[in-house]
Amino acid sequence: MSNKAISIAQLNKTFESRIRLGIMSILMVNDEVDFSRMKELLQVTDGNLASHVAALEKAEYVKVNKQFVGKKPNTTFIATKLGRKAFTAHLEALEKLLKSTK
Amino acid sequence: MFSFVLQSTLIMTNTEEQLAALQDIRKIMERSSRFISLNGLSGVFVGLFALAGAALAYLHLSQTNGRVADDYDAVALVADKDIWFYCIDAIVVLVLSVGVSTLLSIRKANKEGLNFWDPTAKRLLLNMLIPLVTGGLFCLILILHNFLTLIAPTLLIFYGLALVNSSKYTLEDIRYLGLLEICLGLLAAYFPANGLVFWAIGFGFLHIVYGIGMYIKYDKKVK
Repeated sequence: MSNKAISIAQLNKTFESRIRLGIMSILMVNDEVDFSRMKELLQVTDGNLASHVAALEKAEYVKVNKQFVGKKPNTTFIATKLGRKAFTAHLEALEKLLKSTK
Repeated sequence: MFSFVLQSTLIMTNTEEQLAALQDIRKIMERSSRFISLNGLSGVFVGLFALAGAALAYLHLSQTNGRVADDYDAVALVADKDIWFYCIDAIVVLVLSVGVSTLLSIRKANKEGLNFWDPTAKRLLLNMLIPLVTGGLFCLILILHNFLTLIAPTLLIFYGLALVNSSKYTLEDIRYLGLLEICLGLLAAYFPANGLVFWAIGFGFLHIVYGIGMYIKYDKKVK
């Protein structure tokens, strides 16, 4: 197997979406981000964000906290240790892939 | 041959896609953790206000004193009565500077479709205010104790520390401006007779030069 093929194999399928990449990028540099802030940064709809977060939550890359501030529901997201590790590995694979095609 | 071309174009688009993804990631990380709506022009305006304020202080000084104001110790002697004139002068400069910077930042944020008052702005403000308010209070204490010659260096040093501290939460270039302000402040403390000159260089000249640099680096390209 060539270097390139190895790198492609290392790419994580869970991150194969611009929105999921965005969610993880934001959670890598911020401790805790709430739903509306995430929506604003990524400029996506509620449903779209919710479904992508659900996929990341299922992979245990993101932890979702639902709380109530007064009567308003407030949902916040945190990247798990596993998520951080997986995302870093994904980025490294991406970089390797780009270097090998240069 | 055909399959080779097909394959290489496939890899090409894939590479470009991945490259775009990487750039996206970098942009989102930056945008979500740093306040990037600072406008270089703010620096130019702040510098001009500071120079005007320093000129006004200089005029007032030479009028009331009848002496040339390059002798900053003279400030300490006369300023006793006039200290409130200099305080108001400084506060007007501060209010104008903060006002114009805020307006320009709001305009830039709107232009880029960002929300001005977001968590990055709050974090920047808090981390800037901690050293700044400390410095301001310290200067008030200096006034009360009549250590007036130390005010200019103190303001420069604390302002520099505020910039270095807040550079983690906004455009990184602010860090070097902060270091320069700290150096000037220390020099001003060593040569207390030239406080007003160092003040004008630090708050006036440096801001203008830096503002122009930042404007060329970030804002011109956006247009």
